[in-house]
Amino acid sequence: MVEPALSSNDAPTAVRLRGVTKVYDNGTVALGPLDLDIRKGEFVSLLGSSGCGKSTALRLIAGLIAPSAGTLDVAARSSGHAIGFVFQEPTLMPWSTIRENVRLPLKLAHMPDAQSTARVDEVLAQVGLADFAGAYPRELSGGMKMRASLARALVTEPDILLMDEPFAALDEITRFRLNNDLLALWRELGKTVIFVTHSVFESVYLSQRVVVMTSRPGRVSAECHIESSEPRDDAFRTSMAYAGYCRDVSQALMTASDAAFNETKARA
Amino acid sequence: MKGLEPLPTVDRGSVVPGSDMQWQRVVWPVVVFVAGIVLWDLVVRIGEIPPYLLPGPVLVFQTLIADWSVLSESLGVTLLTALEGFIAAAIGGIALALLFNQSKWLEYSLLPYAIVLQVTPVIAIAPLMLIYLPQQTAVVVCAWIVAFFPVLANTTLGLNSVDRNLAGLFQLYRASRWQVLRYLQLPAALPFILGGLRIAGGLSLIGAVAAEIAAGAAGAGSGLAYRISESSYRLNIPRMFAALLLLSVAGIVIYMLLALVSHGLLRRWHESALRKEK
Repeated sequence: MVEPALSSNDAPTAVRLRGVTKVYDNGTVALGPLDLDIRKGEFVSLLGSSGCGKSTALRLIAGLIAPSAGTLDVAARSSGHAIGFVFQEPTLMPWSTIRENVRLPLKLAHMPDAQSTARVDEVLAQVGLADFAGAYPRELSGGMKMRASLARALVTEPDILLMDEPFAALDEITRFRLNNDLLALWRELGKTVIFVTHSVFESVYLSQRVVVMTSRPGRVSAECHIESSEPRDDAFRTSMAYAGYCRDVSQALMTASDAAFNETKARA
Repeated sequence: MKGLEPLPTVDRGSVVPGSDMQWQRVVWPVVVFVAGIVLWDLVVRIGEIPPYLLPGPVLVFQTLIADWSVLSESLGVTLLTALEGFIAAAIGGIALALLFNQSKWLEYSLLPYAIVLQVTPVIAIAPLMLIYLPQQTAVVVCAWIVAFFPVLANTTLGLNSVDRNLAGLFQLYRASRWQVLRYLQLPAALPFILGGLRIAGGLSLIGAVAAEIAAGAAGAGSGLAYRISESSYRLNIPRMFAALLLLSVAGIVIYMLLALVSHGLLRRWHESALRKEK
């Protein structure tokens, strides 16, 4: 079940990283060399311990930071299409209503409000926030804020959706609900989703492929393809197959962690 | 979109005003004020202190009424000076902070001189200003010098306190510098700017009074500070106290007006203006 990185597939590549490294100004080697291919329409989770460079990889793909070395090819960026990004925190503008927060990417693209309103309302309905368009972020629960954040990421109809531990701060029930909602959206919209998490269970439930990363500097340690009937639901979450995948991914994560630990020890 | 579960309704009006706490915010300062007045009156009566040393509160109040025409005219002059200084400080402080934010080169070049202005006592600068500028202009400039630095410092802090992820989001959507400023930095800085303006309101009054005292010593002026100096020379201590009382009330009113504006602008979203939930 656990396979080496860079498995081939016929689907067009949405994201390709080759030998990508990131060294921060303070000398911290956060990532790499990282080799990774992500296919169009694929739901991939990057899994690893805290500080392993998962978020750095996501920010590199988004173009928020530049790689120190290596090549990075993001089809959406080179073709001028939008990329959606959902941060760990909802990252909403507290001074604006939910509608204006969701409208922001369109406003930055100089789309007149009269034109963007229909699209904003549509995406708010998609995430179940139609009745809260006029509310301010502080008036919403944590889960609802994350939905608003997701709506803002989707409003430009991006080719790629990047999600940086978006549900990490939520309670278990809200997280389960949002996991299901995200899967429903992914099935409906067919976006490429790259989902960063440190939860084995979440990554297995959501993804078609889990990429396990080593401790810092993050590299691909192993990949696990999750094959299950669609749509996934709570029955899958309680199935033997799910438990087996979780065990395999946990084992891969432990192996990656042990390898990094031994490497550090040998260096010391 | 279909299939997403309906969300539970959130009561958006659930923020409950702390009504039983509100009255305490009014009552306690009034109690302290009344107690202070009574104590002051008792000290004057029991100690039989002559009015040219310490007038009692009743005499001060009587003087305030008797001299109202003179004092109110002077108050108007001082308030106008403070207002002009405040407006200049608000525009100058915010504009300079915006320039600093757009150009580090400009910030490095000019910030040390802004600090020099801030740390030099206005009472020392005022006589120089009175030499080089027309009197009213000099007084307004002094009020501006005292008041503008908090606006500059707070606005600069606010513009630099933007959420890192929100800044990343604007970068992701290739926002122009103007869009970042308009949609992100200025709204994020608003609570800081308003905080700076609240400080500047009081300071512009202080600057105006300090400059008026310097101008008064030079033999001209009709502001409230000039009335205080004049009363001091004539040993008209009750009028001096009445003028001081007017200045204090003016300072409180300025602060409250600016606090009201701040509350009005922030009440929907900023923690500082939100009522505590019970």
